[in-house]
Parts: sequence; C-alpha cells; structure tokens
Amino acid sequence: MSRKISILLSLVFVAAFALSACGPKATPTAAPATEAPATEPPAQPVTISWYHITTAENQKAVWTKLADEYMAAHPNVTINITVMENEAFKTKLTTLMQSGEPPDIFQSWGGGVMNQFAEAGLLQDITPALDADGGAWRNTFSPGALGVYAYKGENYGVPWDMGMVGMWYNKTLFAQANIANPPTTWTELIADVTALKAAGITPIATGAGDKWPTAFWWEYLATRLCGQAGFVAAASRTGSFADPCFVEAGNKLVELVDLGAFQDGFLGATWGDEATAMGNGKAAMDLMGQWAPGAYNDNSPDKKGIGDALGFFPFPAVEGGAGGAADGVGGGNGFAIGKNAPPEAIDFVKYLTRAESQVQCAQAGFCVPVVKGGEAGLTDPLLKLVQQGAQAAQYFQLYYDQYLPPAMGSVVNDTVQAIVAKTMTPEQGAQAIEDSAKTEIK
Amino acid sequence: MRKVVKSGRNSHSPRKVQDNLTVFLFLLPAFVLFLVFLVYPIVRSIYFSTFDWNGLGPAVDFIGLDNFKRILTDKIFMKAVGNCLLIVVLSLTLQLPLSLTLAIMVGRDLPGKAFFRTIFFMPYVLSEVITAIIWLGLFNPDPERGFINALLILIPGVKAVPFLGDTHIVLACIFVVLTWKFFGLHMLLYMAGLQNIPREIEEAALIDGANRWKLIRYITIPLLSSTIQTTIWLSVLGSLTQFPLVWIMTKGGPVNASEVMATYMYRYGFVRFWLGYGSAVAVVMLLICLVFSIAYLRLVRQPDYLGGM
Repeated sequence: MSRKISILLSLVFVAAFALSACGPKATPTAAPATEAPATEPPAQPVTISWYHITTAENQKAVWTKLADEYMAAHPNVTINITVMENEAFKTKLTTLMQSGEPPDIFQSWGGGVMNQFAEAGLLQDITPALDADGGAWRNTFSPGALGVYAYKGENYGVPWDMGMVGMWYNKTLFAQANIANPPTTWTELIADVTALKAAGITPIATGAGDKWPTAFWWEYLATRLCGQAGFVAAASRTGSFADPCFVEAGNKLVELVDLGAFQDGFLGATWGDEATAMGNGKAAMDLMGQWAPGAYNDNSPDKKGIGDALGFFPFPAVEGGAGGAADGVGGGNGFAIGKNAPPEAIDFVKYLTRAESQVQCAQAGFCVPVVKGGEAGLTDPLLKLVQQGAQAAQYFQLYYDQYLPPAMGSVVNDTVQAIVAKTMTPEQGAQAIEDSAKTEIK
Repeated sequence: MRKVVKSGRNSHSPRKVQDNLTVFLFLLPAFVLFLVFLVYPIVRSIYFSTFDWNGLGPAVDFIGLDNFKRILTDKIFMKAVGNCLLIVVLSLTLQLPLSLTLAIMVGRDLPGKAFFRTIFFMPYVLSEVITAIIWLGLFNPDPERGFINALLILIPGVKAVPFLGDTHIVLACIFVVLTWKFFGLHMLLYMAGLQNIPREIEEAALIDGANRWKLIRYITIPLLSSTIQTTIWLSVLGSLTQFPLVWIMTKGGPVNASEVMATYMYRYGFVRFWLGYGSAVAVVMLLICLVFSIAYLRLVRQPDYLGGM
C-alpha cells in the first residue's frame, strides 16, 4: 500500500520535473507577421540586440543616447545594448557565432574574421539596403572604408570609423629628454629611444600580453620594409612571409627590445596597462590607433590624460625599405548585421551612421568619421592628423590580424610576442607565419 | 527493510519489479541530466575531433586521427602538459603538506579555531575569476599600482619585479595563487578527517610513550589516509584541468610560459577557430584524466579504516 503511494509520488515528481523542464518559454511570441502595409505600420514589438565595445563613459553615453532617441521615435522597437570590453567581446562573439545565434548588430572590424562569418551564412547581406533609392545610403560612405565590410562584393556590415595606427607621444617627456622634433626615420627613432632612456624615461609602452598592440610594430615595420608589393605577394601566395624583408621587420623589433625601449613587464602587460602608462605620463611613445587618446584619458585618475602634452606623428620611414613613408596600417570599427536581424536593425544602423550621429561620435573623440558631413564633428586636432594621415596613404593596409584568416592572424600575434620575448628568432618567426599561410590561405 | 527485499527470492516477483521501477524513476532525472550535459558533449567532441572544422556551419572535412597526430607532435602542447605536471607535483609536495600542517595546528585545541578556519577557508569561497583579478592587481609590475611591488621597492636595492611578464617566474606566481585559493579546501577536508579520529587511540599512544611527532606520524596520518587520498585525487584532477585563473591572469603567456592544457585547448578551439583540433585536445585531456583516475582508484586507494571521506 505505502509502496504504491511512494511510486505514485515519485511519478508525480518526475512528471513535474519533466514538465517544468520542457515547458514552453514564458515570453509570449508576437503574433505572426502579416504583410505590413508601408503606410501605417502596426506597432509590432521588435527587439534588437546590439553588442558594442565602446566602454569609456562619455563615449558609451553617445551610443546610449542614439539608441534612446531611436526607440523614442519608434515605440515598437526595443534595443538591448550589451557593452563589453574588447577582449571579452571577442570571446563572447566566438561562442555566439558557434552556437549559430549572432546578435542583430555587433562590433566588427571587417576583413578575414567577418569573411569567415559571412561564408558560414551567419551574417545578413545588406547590399540591397545600401543600394536602395539609387544607393542613397551607400553614397554617404567613403568607399574605401565601406569596402572593408564587403565580402565577394556584398556588404555584411558598415563602418562608423576608419583611422590609422601611428605614434602617440608625450611632448613633455620629449622635452625632458631634449628631443626637439618627433623622429621621421628609424635611425632617429632609435636615437630618441636612447636619449629617453638616458633621461630615465620609459621610451615606449606596449601590451605584449594582449599581443596585438605589439604586433602593430611588426606589421608597420613589414609594411615599411616589404611595401605593398611584398605583402600582397605573400598574402596571395605568389611570395612568402619568410622573405628577408619580413625577417628584417623582426630584427628591427628585436633592436628595440635590446635597447630596453619598452616598459618593465611589457611581456605580460595588457592594452589597458599600456594606456595607463601613457595616460599617466609614464611612457613617452605608443604605437596605437585613433582610439588611443580616449583610452589614455579614461585610464588616468582625472580622466584628462596628459592633455595638451599628447602629440601624434606617423610611423617613421625605414631606410632601405620598399614601402613609402606615407603608407599606413590601420583599420576602423563597424557594425555587422546578424543573419536573423529584423529590418528595424538595419534601419537603426542607418540611423547610427547618419552624418549627425557621426558628428557626435567624433565630438566625443572615439571615431574618425567615414560618412560625408561627419568630419564636422572632428574638432580634435590630433584626430584630424590621423584622418589626414589615412587619406594621404598611397597604400593602406588593414591590420594583419583582421585582414588575414583568423587562425593566421592569431599566429601573427602569437609569433610577434615570441619574437619580442626572444623565444623565437626573427627567422623562425617569419617561417612560422609562412607555415601558417600555407595551410590557412587557400 | 533489508529482510523484506531479501524475501523476494524470485527476481521476477512483482515486489522486485516494483523496486526496480522505483529505483529507475528516482534515477531518471539525474540520468537524463547526466546524458544530456555530460555524455552527449563528450560523444560530440570525439566526433568533431576527427574533422578539420572551424566551428561555423557543419563539419565536413573528415581527417581521421590527424588532429591527434598533430597534438602529440606539438611542442606547445607538450609544454602545456609539462606545466600541468609541474603544478601537480608542486601541489602534492607543497600545497597538501601545508594544508595538513595547518589543519593539525588549528584542527583541535587551538583557541579561536573557528576564526582561523574561516580566514583560511575564505579564499576558496571567492570565485576563481575574482581571485584572478585580485592577484592581477597585486602582481602589477608598476609599484604605484601593484601592492607586492610597492612593498618590494621599500627594500633598499630591490627593483620592481614584472611577475606575470617574466617567462621564468610566471608559473611560480600562478602556483602561489593556486595554493592561496585551494589550501583552505584541503585544510577543511583534513579537519573533518581529524574529527573522526577517536581520542582513545591517541590517548593510548600517549600512555605508551609516543611524543607529539610520533603521534602525528603513526596515528594521525595513517588514520587520515583515506582523506589524504581524496585530496590527492582532487588536487591532481584540479591541476590537470585548471583554466580560469591562468586564462585571466596570463592567457597562458608570456609566450606559452604558463600554458596549461585547458588554455591550450581554448586558444586553438576558440581563438584560432580550430574547433576540430580543440575538440581533439579536449579528448586527450579527458583520456589523461580518465587514465589517472582509474589507475589511482584501482591501485592506490587502500581500505578505509574509519569509514571517512
């Protein structure tokens, strides 16, 4: 008798468990969409997920404000914003992509990583939206920047920023070391590093723990030494990444390491540590992109960084290199559109890339506008220098770790870290990158 | 109860069937969870480990055992295995003896033992992510930001040390954090074991003329042996599969100096987008842990004198 009851009870428990586990989700789904007439769209609730990596308070506020404005104008649209730190975002995005559930709108740098997502069918082709009304939206962009987000002629995202990596420097510290003008050649740079060392100043901050900040050095040296022809040949497999010019890029980088040019503990340092060193006036130079001044400010106690002491100069020319002194390495930021994004998401991105929005992000100092009219917001003289540098470049190279297939980009970053840690010689490093190119570039 | 069950001599008796049904029903929820969240992922990993697959879209490029061949000839993986083994050895020779010593010291008679127990156990309660971030701050190479270096430079002639940026000492730093984090757990297990040792045995030994050291050597440690075996097992498996502390503090760097198997798996699986290869690494890790567990449980575990842990 009692046994029967116990069986009955256990059945009830199991059933309850099974039911609660398999029950339908509590969120009511919207009524099936009928063909919405264009004139009077019924306010069907739409939720857009948006991942961005603009973490500095004043800059994040710009995105939030734009989203609030859009939601106020479109009451049926809810925009869920997720703000993540750069490295954390890359990790999160990887798992989101592998689960096949991309966010509707998310940070993208274009290039090899985006191409891989596009190839796997995880992104939405927004070319029709760009070309609608005789290409009204497309024509607002500068074509070079827009092209970074195109794969096989189709756009899967749009840019909102395009800048260049260059040398940020602390004028006060340069003056302390009696350096009159920023270096224009590698020889001058080496002389300045020596002078700064002699004055007891850390010449250069870098974050080799995060790898990509230090990889910029190698990429720029390779760009100067191998030129466009050398890189294009290697990347299209008619040439080789083991060529002497790529090895020489490693040698030049080791030259800096041997001089003690980088801050103490740079091998374990992150980009955050690097920005903190610059923002607090503890290092004289930093090779970084257009987002650097904002990050310096954000990583200083008073949020003002080193103020007017901050200057910018292009990466020095390297004597005997095949590349021109005006060639640039860089890239920008954009938003890619996930495969399941509703049309409202594309409309919202259109809103985010209006000239007025671009003016606002330029004023907050975290974008170099890519939309005509946006440059009106570019009041910062340093960012103007960046923009001019990018425009003047005869050959503009997207960051290697974004341009190349992801696995190979990761090998480039790992290898540069190994070169500066001297666990690999520049020859071995160039060979490792070449080996990776053999398997990854098909 | 026991008698009732035994009386059903025939296994096909209705009572027996009912018993089995009850057992089955009670096991079912746990078994379903076990299948879905443990067995299924393992089977999938084994399947994916035979593909060259970037994790996006279906896996089609079957390559057999090539991933495994590559793992076993990869110098960085061997370095990761070596680092894991080093952490295992250090854990067994430093961390566990430290925990045992502390447990014996604060285990019984010390006034305020509850206080010490709480203090020592506190690091274990923190999540590993928080632990890693706290230590990241302590280890900062800049004396104005890193507490340890701030203390170090007070000593005349001592310069700031880039703890996590130096390939030679980074693993030692990681081990310090692992010890700080986990010694409390082992100490607590030992203390629980100590409570189970009957007073009479110790008293008898004392009457027989045993000194404090002999008491520990011949009474306490042998009677704790089952607990010690459990902690060794936990410690070894924990060391072999350690991930969050290492990943957050160093990402396995600089240049793989603190690479462990789990960070290696993550780097290749999720950073380089070689999901097939990453799965193969996971399978290798599983095999290593499985072989250790089975061998350890078969060969080492002695009969339990006190019915402890």
